[in-house]
Amino acid sequence: MALRHLLSIEEAETADLRLIMETARSFQDVIGRPVKKVPALRGRTVVTLFYEASTRTRTSFELAAKYLSADAVNIAVAQSSVTKGESLKDTVRTLEAVTADCVVMRHSSSGAPHLAAGMLGIPVINAGDGRHEHPTQALLDAVTIWDAWAPGLGKRVGVDAPDFTGLRVAVVGDVAHSRVARSNAWLLTRLGAEVRFVGPATLMPADASLLPATVHSDLRSGIDGAHVVMVLRLQTERQEAGLLPTAREYSRIWGVNRSSLAAAHPDALVMHPGPMNRGVEIAPEVADGLAGHSSAIETQVRNGVAVRMACLYLLMGSAAGEVL
Amino acid sequence: MELDGASNTRIMDGDEMRRAITRIAHEIVEKNKGAANLAIVGIRRRGAPLADRLGELVQQIEGVPVPVGKLDVSLYRDDYPDRKPEVGRTDIGFDVTDRTIVLVDEVLFTGRTVRAAITALIDMGRPAAIRLAVLLDRGHRELPIRADYVGKNVPTARSQNIVVRLSELEGEDSVTLVDG
Repeated sequence: MALRHLLSIEEAETADLRLIMETARSFQDVIGRPVKKVPALRGRTVVTLFYEASTRTRTSFELAAKYLSADAVNIAVAQSSVTKGESLKDTVRTLEAVTADCVVMRHSSSGAPHLAAGMLGIPVINAGDGRHEHPTQALLDAVTIWDAWAPGLGKRVGVDAPDFTGLRVAVVGDVAHSRVARSNAWLLTRLGAEVRFVGPATLMPADASLLPATVHSDLRSGIDGAHVVMVLRLQTERQEAGLLPTAREYSRIWGVNRSSLAAAHPDALVMHPGPMNRGVEIAPEVADGLAGHSSAIETQVRNGVAVRMACLYLLMGSAAGEVL
Repeated sequence: MELDGASNTRIMDGDEMRRAITRIAHEIVEKNKGAANLAIVGIRRRGAPLADRLGELVQQIEGVPVPVGKLDVSLYRDDYPDRKPEVGRTDIGFDVTDRTIVLVDEVLFTGRTVRAAITALIDMGRPAAIRLAVLLDRGHRELPIRADYVGKNVPTARSQNIVVRLSELEGEDSVTLVDG
């Protein structure tokens, strides 16, 4: 593993990303056991430093750390000295001084985890930075797809290496504000998939031409034949005025429902990074897998823990190895 | 594994390995008084094919199928891997509780791998007993662990290496002692 930090998919080596996915497979087995804890990171400390609200990602990282027998400490920014004006630099240095072994960080500014990584001698994992990347979400999405589809595009039957050649993935909705969409585009295309961004022009990133995806401004043609339909959350809290008229109109034109899914592959897998706005970007029956397509939304959450265990184990394990 | 200037000694060829494994299978059945409640678990990687072979032999001897599993102990080791930490999959499709589990590995050396394997098994349930079968015992134990079934005892220096090749993985069965 060449990786010291997990900051973005774009900058990571494909071999390391594959190793994380393969290791996550082993951790899927571990979390399926009655005793979920393994002693691999006993006596080590993972600090989750979240400058932005998050329940599921933070909980997922904390569970992953605990299942590896590491101690997990959360710094909730609202209660920390950050609100008293401490700089990111000083906060991060304090974490190292109190002998944290790994920092998991979410920040509203793109690049903040890079800044932290440059100052720290311990691994930093990006748990989402601004509109930039959310690498563990892309990795858990890729593992979920890997479990569902085989390279020959029949249903998968225990194939060993992730190879998404020929797989068509439609990422639908608010791509402009979505770090999940970016990380997924980088990762899935590296593994061989075709990625399509589908959504209104106002919600497409200005730099879409620099991303490895094609842009489609019509829902039905965008998801035509897609093996995976990844629905993004309409990020209402980030919505600048004027990008769309109303949530209701968005839902009518861009909502993924039984009728729009008819254009996708008959065995298409529906995914959503959560939290969902039911009835806005995704119809409730689609989210619950009752519209004739399988919904992987709960599997994504479960795979999230396995993927984060793999990241923590690989980054912290190899860091220890350098000392030995 | 051919090293320049190193002298290699062949310790076992395919026939000798086959005889040793056959004898261990008979000893397991004898000590266990049959195959009832028995399960064989190979420690990945090289213990896994050996466990398969033992499982087949015990089945031939006793005429009943014996559950065979594979155990990856990377997450239970007390030393972190120094280069590329790789976690293999554990595949134990039966409940270990109240069974006699025979752990299988190719070489018994410090005993640390076996210690990790015992901890891993106990995390899955409460076996009636855990036994240990190894193809080779090379000495230099660092923990109070001994094997119940041994293919061959090989006196070694710490600096030497034992290279076990198995037909399932390398296309031939052989054991070589390599001077370090």
